[in-house]
Amino acid sequence: MMTNLAAGRAADRIMDMAADTAAEAQEMLAITDLKTHFFTQKGVVPAVDGVSIRIPEKQVMGIVGESGCGKSVTAMSILQLVSRPGRIVGGSIMLDGEELVGKSVKEMRNIRGNKVSVIFQEPMTSLNPVYTVGRQVSEAITVHRQVGKQEARQQVVEMFKAVGIPEAERRFNSFPHQLSGGLRQRVMIAMAMVCQPKLMIADEPTTALDVTIEAQILHLMRRLEEKSNTSIMLITHNMGVVAEICDFVYVMYAGKVMEQAPVFELFDHTKHPYTKGLLNSIPKPTEEKQRLYNIKGMVPNLLRLPKGCRFSPRCEYAMPECREREPELYDCGKNHKVRCFLYQKDQGGGADE
Amino acid sequence: MARYIIKRILVAFPVLIAVSLILFVLLNVVPGDPVTVMMREHIKPELIEVFRERMGLNDPILVQFGRYMVNALRGDFGMSYKLQRDVSAMIREAFPHTIKLAIYAALVAWIIGIPAGILSAVKQNTLVDRAFMSFSLMGVSLPVFWAGLLMQYLFAFKLGWLPVTGYYSPRYYILPAIVLGWQSAGTIARLTRSNLLEVMKNDYIRTARAKGLGETVVVVGHALKNAMLPVVTMMAMQVAGLLGGAVMTESIFGIPGLGRITVDAMGTRDMPLLQGSVLFITAIIIIGNMVADLLYAFLDPRIRVE
Repeated sequence: MMTNLAAGRAADRIMDMAADTAAEAQEMLAITDLKTHFFTQKGVVPAVDGVSIRIPEKQVMGIVGESGCGKSVTAMSILQLVSRPGRIVGGSIMLDGEELVGKSVKEMRNIRGNKVSVIFQEPMTSLNPVYTVGRQVSEAITVHRQVGKQEARQQVVEMFKAVGIPEAERRFNSFPHQLSGGLRQRVMIAMAMVCQPKLMIADEPTTALDVTIEAQILHLMRRLEEKSNTSIMLITHNMGVVAEICDFVYVMYAGKVMEQAPVFELFDHTKHPYTKGLLNSIPKPTEEKQRLYNIKGMVPNLLRLPKGCRFSPRCEYAMPECREREPELYDCGKNHKVRCFLYQKDQGGGADE
Repeated sequence: MARYIIKRILVAFPVLIAVSLILFVLLNVVPGDPVTVMMREHIKPELIEVFRERMGLNDPILVQFGRYMVNALRGDFGMSYKLQRDVSAMIREAFPHTIKLAIYAALVAWIIGIPAGILSAVKQNTLVDRAFMSFSLMGVSLPVFWAGLLMQYLFAFKLGWLPVTGYYSPRYYILPAIVLGWQSAGTIARLTRSNLLEVMKNDYIRTARAKGLGETVVVVGHALKNAMLPVVTMMAMQVAGLLGGAVMTESIFGIPGLGRITVDAMGTRDMPLLQGSVLFITAIIIIGNMVADLLYAFLDPRIRVE
């Protein structure tokens, strides 16, 4: 069994390396085997447990999963803003060919907000209530660029116009509480885009907004991404949002990537039982009224991960094998990879399974 | 804003009247006859009666109160029984000493309290934090008369660095200001620390960090202003309290301030003086609260009246 496992791993690595050389040129972000663990008094929590993610230039990449599956920790790891007692314990994060893991505090400060920016879930609480929004966005410029106050102000007003804030000049002097949730999120996007970052992380950017505003914000992000050279990493638990704007999707569960595929491939040929569960949980207005599907059980406590596949206790298709050992990420062709024994056989050419 | 201030001032009047009424009734109920206090013990009872009649002490209490209020509105707070001097003049004389002490104490409290609170929060659970917090706990809990006497003993008597009592130059105010300021500093440091720690958990602090700001800018530029809102309010009220006279400190260090004359007036049943000084202190506290509210509104854009 050990040799089998080792062979699988080796194959995986070779595949990864092959993919590396092929796509290296236009890869904006390449996370390889990232491990971010939290060292709590009760034990080590592997919140991100060997995650590899690639984002090509000018693409919107989605990370989907339930709460507590490691999406946000992955994002915060890129910025190295993981709160204590968490810390990156292994892996590599390459941003446009630049290794971020191991960078000094000062070097990271120069990257945050400049090369990698982030939009948070709660526009209500993510802006400082005692300063004007204009000042807060200006700050993102002045900290990274050698520009005067007036110049920064000009750029902010331009950015406000670009993200569709009406009366941009006047809004510069507004306080966060004077703006609606949608406007505040536009301010956050303006703040994130104002330094023309290489990567924008959007951590559930529309979860706190109502549906009509959600669509506007998503289209705005898509438009900005097309106009600039920014890649977007979109974190969400909403499959609808994924379908709306993502090019490629990673499905995460309990700190690991379970399935990854281009967005149409994922929706058309869903493979992993967990992804199927997520998709089935979307209400379908066209179908006759019935109980809304839900995946039984909850995300496991990461301190006590089940043996074998970490989804097996909740999986409808679980086989004895699933409770014994952890599946590899099997390549099914068409850029589609699944961490599930059901697809072990489907593995595309090259693997000696 | 102006309307808000006027409203607050108008509300203050009923409070002042209510305070004087309560005081008036209380002072009439407690035992002890002012005439006896004034004239010493060996006075003929007939004479007491004459004086009582002349001073209007035999009138119904409401009449007395009405008379007092009418005079007070004209700025006449009566004569001190004991010293036969104009009460307003006595307060005017005592207040500058209290102001001086209050300013020095407030300076001590702010200069030590605020940085101590910030440092403790930033270095949470370190030795620095524990040292500052123990020190402020001492400030809050040590009684002034005890800490004051100890300091007098050490710095004035044993080491001879500073004068023991008096009020003749700023040097005399150093010890009382430290004793009094220590107490306020302790409260300020603890409140600053806990508020700052709370504020640092907010989402907008994460946003500030994600912008690429340095930790100092995050703490001083983004967290501090939010954390200081309640602290500033408390500081304004503390200053009002200090201006109301620090009875213990003034007594220990022999400073003839507002607190001292109030306590003396209590001891001698000097009703007009007591009444006058308590009313004055009440007014200061009311103004202090008002300033605190206005400061809060000024600092927090969410409350600012448009």
